[in-house]
Amino acid sequence: MEAILSITDLSHNFGGLKALTDFSLKLFPGELAGLIGPNGAGKTTVFNLITGVFRISAGRIFFKGEDISDWRSHRITAAGIARTFQNIRLFKELSVLDNVRLGAFAEHGYSLLDALRRSRRFQAEEQGLTRQALELLERFNLIRYAHTPARHLPYGEQRRLEMARALISRPQVLLLDEPAAGMNQSETEDLIRLIRTLKDDFALTILLIEHQMRVVVNLCQRVTVLDFGETIASGSPQEIQHHPAVLEAYLGRDGDLITAESKDDEGPS
Amino acid sequence: MVISDKQKKLLIWLGAALLLALAWLLPASGFLNPYVVQILMYVGINMILTLSLNLVNGYMGEFSVGHAGFMGIGAYAASILTVWVLPRGWAPWAFPAVLVAGGLAAAVAGLVVAFPSFRTRGDYLAIVTLAFNMIVKSVLENIDALGGPRGYLGMPRLTDLFWVAAWVLFTLWMLRNLVYSNFGRGITAIREDEVAANLTTVDTRRLKLYAFLISAFFAGVAGGLYAHLLQFINPRSFSILKSTDMLVMVYLGGVGSLTGSLLGATIFTVLLELLRPLGIWRWVVGPLMLVLLMIFRPLGLMGFKETRLFKPREVFFGGGGPGPLP
Repeated sequence: MEAILSITDLSHNFGGLKALTDFSLKLFPGELAGLIGPNGAGKTTVFNLITGVFRISAGRIFFKGEDISDWRSHRITAAGIARTFQNIRLFKELSVLDNVRLGAFAEHGYSLLDALRRSRRFQAEEQGLTRQALELLERFNLIRYAHTPARHLPYGEQRRLEMARALISRPQVLLLDEPAAGMNQSETEDLIRLIRTLKDDFALTILLIEHQMRVVVNLCQRVTVLDFGETIASGSPQEIQHHPAVLEAYLGRDGDLITAESKDDEGPS
Repeated sequence: MVISDKQKKLLIWLGAALLLALAWLLPASGFLNPYVVQILMYVGINMILTLSLNLVNGYMGEFSVGHAGFMGIGAYAASILTVWVLPRGWAPWAFPAVLVAGGLAAAVAGLVVAFPSFRTRGDYLAIVTLAFNMIVKSVLENIDALGGPRGYLGMPRLTDLFWVAAWVLFTLWMLRNLVYSNFGRGITAIREDEVAANLTTVDTRRLKLYAFLISAFFAGVAGGLYAHLLQFINPRSFSILKSTDMLVMVYLGGVGSLTGSLLGATIFTVLLELLRPLGIWRWVVGPLMLVLLMIFRPLGLMGFKETRLFKPREVFFGGGGPGPLP
């Protein structure tokens, strides 16, 4: 099978600091892959490189066979790679509905002149866009907040809104950056269920950054582990859990990953 | 009272028509004294300027402090047309086209600020706009053919209350349409989180270009109206002081609000008129207000709020749009 997203030998430095070294990854259609590692391992850097937030200095990224390494962010996302953020980044002053509608900027189907004149085309496209945005909000159980400014939403709803905003452009690849951050156990379980159904319904290929081992083990078919910008392991969640290099990177010397993780959960993350 | 959308639309059209009719008839009837008409025209011109600056400073969240530069370019371009280019008899008929030409000249100058805005923002972009304002003023002062620092005159008095009112309505309509479209939402998203905007398919560069072009265009139109009201312009009329006035009107009325722009322009213009007895001290009022506003009410009277009158109705059913969702 042809990889939908193919990353080869990606490296990135911040000044003298090596944030990422020779990172390679192939994502296949329909896959749900995970990217884990301790804080500062370079996980978000990978996302920022894929989505064009950082300029790529070494390595290449191919999306559906096309080299997107030098594309600007809006073009990459419009082509079909959407993402969410570790620290939620909504347009706080805009309404929930507007946040979602904006996610379809690349395909809203009217020109500036159409908008300025309120042409028929504008009205038809805007109506359709609004209807779809509302359908998505319905699905994410956010419909009652449609006209509320995004900043007034509770935390969990803000996370869901980010996903809705990412999905309205109908991406093929979804990059989720710590979607379960700050969630309790039951919320996390709901989230896992949600991600599963979204993946099937929207025919998504998902790359997920996660801190909590529980989420990764439950969701991902394949996991890549980063530490200090280097790929130290990659394989099925079961293999990863017992991989000596991973255990060391995560916990120091010895210990069982799962128990240590649950202890971790009690403290602030 | 509950009114339907159709009725609301009708009321808005009727209101606009009534306003234009009044703007046409009142000065001619002699019912209003010319001084009041003059003040009303200043209010209108300031409304256009405030709406235009609010797009950049309020909605897009950049801090342009050189808007008088665009106004000046529009004023000089329109004046050159009516004084040198057009035959005398044509000028009254061609006046709207003259103003549009002035606006277009200003929009071209808008590119000078738009392109740096791709790479820089915040304080640094403010400095770019400041420099732009100073450059425009210096260049105008050094072109002898345009009268240099002595100024340029000979324009017929073409601006009347009718044209001012018509342009206020047109500006308002255009900006409302822009703000309540995905382009306007995108411009607001630049203010909220530019990186996130880019990562939700929003082409922020294109939007910055649009915002600066549209904003400069209307500032240029206001300049043309101003020049054909005073029949005399000089580079000093378009200095940083003028830009400061515009900032006060935006931050007084309210950032990111059309209603606020209208309100800010009205209050500030009338207030300055009432303070005429203060003489030169009057010019302290603007900057002082700016300082106080920034401390006590940084978003202005109507910050991010809008009256229902300006909000278009939302239709939730039917229509085209991008293809179906799963």
